[in-house]
Parts: sequence; structure tokens; C-alpha cells
Amino acid sequence: MSLAEITRVSLAKDLRLEWRSKDAINSMLFFALLVVVIFSFSFDPTAEESRHIAGGLIWVAFLFAAVVALNQTWARELRNQVLDAYRVSPAPANALFISKAVGNFIFVAVLETLMAPLFMVFYNLRSIGPAYELVVVAILATWALVANGTFFAAMSIRTRSREVMLPLILFPISIPALLAMVSATTAILTGEGSARFWVVLLAVYDVVFTTVCLLLFETVLHAE
Amino acid sequence: MSFSSSPANSTNANLIQPTASSAVSLSHVSKIFGRFAALRDLSAEFAAGKLYAILGDNGAGKTTLLRAMVGLAPPTRGTVTVLATEDLRAATAEIGYMAHPTLLYEDMSGMENLRYFAALYGIRDDQPCQHAIHAVGLDPALTRRVGQYSQGMRQRLSLARALVHDPKILFLDEPFSNVDVVSAREMVHVLAHMRDLGKTVFIVTHQAALLQGVADEFVCMAAGQISARTRDLPVAQERSAPPARTTV
Repeated sequence: MSLAEITRVSLAKDLRLEWRSKDAINSMLFFALLVVVIFSFSFDPTAEESRHIAGGLIWVAFLFAAVVALNQTWARELRNQVLDAYRVSPAPANALFISKAVGNFIFVAVLETLMAPLFMVFYNLRSIGPAYELVVVAILATWALVANGTFFAAMSIRTRSREVMLPLILFPISIPALLAMVSATTAILTGEGSARFWVVLLAVYDVVFTTVCLLLFETVLHAE
Repeated sequence: MSFSSSPANSTNANLIQPTASSAVSLSHVSKIFGRFAALRDLSAEFAAGKLYAILGDNGAGKTTLLRAMVGLAPPTRGTVTVLATEDLRAATAEIGYMAHPTLLYEDMSGMENLRYFAALYGIRDDQPCQHAIHAVGLDPALTRRVGQYSQGMRQRLSLARALVHDPKILFLDEPFSNVDVVSAREMVHVLAHMRDLGKTVFIVTHQAALLQGVADEFVCMAAGQISARTRDLPVAQERSAPPARTTV
């Protein structure tokens, strides 16, 4: 069976499990909702101020919420040690990585789709720059979060305090991507300057880190 | 003759000489966790087409030996050769592994689980899944999720998962735990049939009496080494063999 076929069945399995349990999506939604509400009460910004801070608020909220999904995606494989069944099969390791990363991308994208209108309402947001560029930034930024996150979550699953370990490893290495996604979003919302440089930086970050993750994932999967 | 010598080996009249056609061979295998040696300079050969019962007290190294043979716990020292290759990743398609945990997704039904694991071996159609699930005495039409199965049903489904790709070698860790006597005997019957079809079967168990008259060899382990290999159930095991649990 090809890499694509095993990726497809693994992704279908993950989506089915999430559809039945809704563990990741519910936790992410509640977390992100809390962040939106608490920040809106704490700052009470004007529309102009909102445009300047919203980029940071949105992506920090999504980053923290994504960690919940990233931990959940591997916790599922640890229950009953199901991951061992994959490890003793001839299925390629990268099929598992890609399916998990794509699955997490879908979960976080659903979260973003549901939360974006709330951000607009609570922070009185309206884009001055070209709004369609926000979609490009969202796609690249979400992949940057989930590709690295899926890899480092896999690395930390065998550690004793993996829920704490993942942010400790993931956040520092996500700083360039976070800077790019926040700056790009702010540039589009305020209409001040071009987001092009930051979009290119995000794309390069995605390509580099996805390649590294694919090269190293087999070692991580089969490590004791 | 390559398994490590010990006082038990040298005095046991029933010792079995390994044959040339080995399914698995171990050469000076040690597995060390921190300061604890789970396997200690263990060498042995296991012929193809036989059913081996691996016995021993808790902590004797049975599960570690099984995990070393399937490639989940690479040895700290020594080599494991399975089907004439030391690259165990290359032999995975021919290996069926049943661990003490079920290795099953609890939020999926039995058939959904089997379909997924079969796909990992390149199997697309339902027939091998249905065959495996029938072989262990479960109903493929059961839509209940595995999380709602009894412990015995999970064990049987776990065995079906190990069988689904028709492997040449089966490694089973405590397959009869929490299974009622009748079901356990049925499972033994299935495994004996697999052996008769030419497959090699390794069973780690504390219920050795179930395998009396079925196992080709009893491999006794103590303190990370093989202490004896006999055709007959070792007397100590026969006396201390606990009755099969009846939880189902």
C-alpha cells in the first residue's frame, strides 16, 4: 500500500475517532472562547487599537488552543499502546506523521473558522488591507503550528509530563513563525505596509520545518 | 546449540537441540534498562513451524524477550535475527504481535479496528478481517465499540488483529489472561491450527497448563536468561499452574 493510501486511512481513522469523542475540538473551542472573552473584558479596546493588537491576540489564542489538540492526537495512540501496533507494521512512519499533521490542521482550521467571527464581534474588527490575504496567512500559519506541533508532541509522548513538555519545546521553536503570522495579520488588518515579506517567511518556515520533520519522524517513532 | 548454558540447562535431560531452519535466533542478547538487566547475554534458536510456550515468574524477562524479537525493544547488546534478517523492519509484514495491552482503539468497533490495521499491511478487502474475527469466535457484524467489549472479547479481538495479515510468526503476550476456560481452549485450538499450517507461534503465558500437549516446547526463563527448554510442561509449572480465570 502506498504512502498516500496509508495516510488516507490513518487520517480517516483520526477524523472518525475525533467525530465520536470530540475531545480535541471541544477543548480547543472552550479554551479559545475563554481567551476571547477574557481579553475583551480586560482591554476593552477601540476599533483602531483592536487592529493593532488583534494579530497577536488571535494567534496566541490559536497557538495555546492548538497545543490541546496536539497533545490529544497522540494521547489517543498511547491508550492501550495502539502506537506499538503501528510500529510493528510495515506502514511507513511518515504516513502517520502526515495524517496526524493534516488531521490537526483540519481541527485547528475548524476552530479558526468558528472563532474568527467572534473575534470580529468582540474586538470590532474590520480589515483595511486586502482581507483575502488573511486566508493565505491563516493556511500557512496553521500549518506552521501543526507540523512542528505534531512532531514535537510525538517526541514528548514518552516523557512523564508531556502536557508541560510540549509547550516548552514547541513555543521557542515557533517564535519565527509566530512573529511572521502576527506581523502579517497586523499588516493586513491595519493596511499599514505589505504583508508579503511575512507571508514568504511563513512559507519558507513551513517548507524547512516540514522537510526536517519528515526526515526525522521515523527515528522519533521508533525511539524507545 | 547456541542458547546460554546454565545449571538448569546442563542437568535437564529433556533439553532440545535447535534445528537449522530457525525462525528466530538470538545471539548474546542483553537488554538493559538503566541499571536493570531485563535480558542477560541470551542466545537461542527457535525453529520454524513450532509452538513455543515461554514461561517464567514476573520479571523473568518474558515480555522484554518478546518485544526484542518483534523489534519494539532493540537489544542493548547482541543481535536478533527473524526470518534470516537482522533488519526487523524488513520482517514486519511476516510478524503478528499481540501485547498485554489490547493495541485497539476503544472508540471503534471490532471490524473498524481490523480494517484499519489490515490496511497498514496493504489489505483492502474485508474478507481477511472477517476470517480473523470468525477464527477467534467473535461476530463481525457486532457494531458495539471496543470500549464496551468485555475483557475477554478484547483479548480475542486483539488476537484477531495479530492474525489479520496472515503472518508467518506470531508473538503473543498473555493471550489467555482474563479469558474464560472454554474460550481460552478455543484460542489454544486456533493457535495449534496456525502451527499446523506451518506458522511459528510464541506464547508468553502464566497459564502453561492450557498448552500441555499442544506446545512443542516450553521455554523457561529466570532472571533474564533461558533456564530450560523442555518438551513437557515443567513440573514446577504443572504444580503451580493457576486455574484459568473466569471473568467472561
